[in-house]
Amino acid sequence: MIRVVIPHHLRTLAQVSKEVEIHVDGLATQGAVLDALESKYPMLRGTIRDHVTKERRPFIRFFACGEDLSLESPDIPLPDAVVMGAEPFRIVGAMAGG
Amino acid sequence: MSGVRVLVGTHKGAFILTSDAKRKKWNVSGPHFAGWEVYHMNGSTADPNRIYASQSTGWFGQVIQRSNDGGQTWEPVGNKFAYDGVPGTHLWYDGTQHPWEFKRVWRLEPSLTDPDTVYAGVEDAAMFRSTDGGQNWQELPGLREAKGHLWQPGAGGMCLHTIILDPSDAQRMFVAISAAGAFRTDNGGQTWRPINQGLRSSGELPDASAEVGHCVHNIAMHPSRPNVLFMQKHWDVMRSDNAGDSWNEVSGNLPSDFGFPIAVHTHEPNTIYVVPIKSDSEHFPPDGKLRVYRSRTGGDEWEALTKGLPQSDCYVNILRSALAVDSLDSCGIYFGTTGGQVYASSDSGDSWMPIVSNLPAVLSVEVQTLP
Repeated sequence: MIRVVIPHHLRTLAQVSKEVEIHVDGLATQGAVLDALESKYPMLRGTIRDHVTKERRPFIRFFACGEDLSLESPDIPLPDAVVMGAEPFRIVGAMAGG
Repeated sequence: MSGVRVLVGTHKGAFILTSDAKRKKWNVSGPHFAGWEVYHMNGSTADPNRIYASQSTGWFGQVIQRSNDGGQTWEPVGNKFAYDGVPGTHLWYDGTQHPWEFKRVWRLEPSLTDPDTVYAGVEDAAMFRSTDGGQNWQELPGLREAKGHLWQPGAGGMCLHTIILDPSDAQRMFVAISAAGAFRTDNGGQTWRPINQGLRSSGELPDASAEVGHCVHNIAMHPSRPNVLFMQKHWDVMRSDNAGDSWNEVSGNLPSDFGFPIAVHTHEPNTIYVVPIKSDSEHFPPDGKLRVYRSRTGGDEWEALTKGLPQSDCYVNILRSALAVDSLDSCGIYFGTTGGQVYASSDSGDSWMPIVSNLPAVLSVEVQTLP
């Protein structure tokens, strides 16, 4: 199981707690995790990445193991600690405002 | 016993205000979708328990919510608004062409007869339709063929904010788009044409009488007279007696003819309401006095309605979708402000009282009259 931490507004939208568990078939890439997340919680489609292009929305970031993975290719495997469930894959709303 | 349900969209969530027909005591529920911008909520006249809501943020984009129980519970439905085919381009600020990009839903307008059919007006300006209760959305691309390449966003964005369905002709619809103008279809949305003849925008357009480019803020129609339209333009209050084929100014004695919303009395088709705002540079009431203006003559002759409204130090704005009327025997008028007040009148505007005073900035107000 892969642990995914999602931001407050998406938790209320999907009616889940802060962290959800996702099962990914095959290689656990960023794209595969988001595919599995959207499959389990279809109301999240379009809120993290574009419906069609699958590009990350501008004010969303992806963190794991203390690293910012936002600019990584969605096809690169996630760190082992995330794949093993020791660390969560974090979806973060960017800070904004004053 | 009959009553009313007031649907309030705000900058930080939605609120539902309910009362019996006396409209003196109110129950407030919310915030629904707390922390999200709710540009619009609207109920179906065919099934008042069916309500649609447009929920969005800059972070997470667009969500459409649907309720089947009058707003007590909600479920997210489809939020994929894909322009038909190759989206094409419109005019950009620097005079170049710019690709159409979906940003948010400004307006949700349920069909007059089918609660599962609903129209959405979006930014960048286009119109979508769902026939399955909001699960799937298809664009009506003919609208953007009405000189869409010449549409250019104003400061508020290139949004389709007004949708009017003609109750006497299911094939006829009217829409209004900021900084583009008003448009009409007579064939169910297949083809559209600009209906801006008579509008003059000498301060905003190089060609003051251009076919498109006028900043229409809001349009209203009484269902018994679908050929008579009233318009609050950027500047000027306008009237058409031929379904938008031509317009005449009816600003008359208003203290300012700049403003955003316009509405028609439910039982008096010639009685209309506007809320004058000082100017396009200063978006608050003239002289710090919040005054609704009523014309019982279909324009030109206006009277200030002030009883119960602040008459000093008031510097709020009333946005284009934040004025609505109910259909009880004594017509109720409602409006929301950017200061978070929602005011109600149960006597056609003669007197007012605040229902709530400290909501987030109000983006939209709609009213359902319940059996």
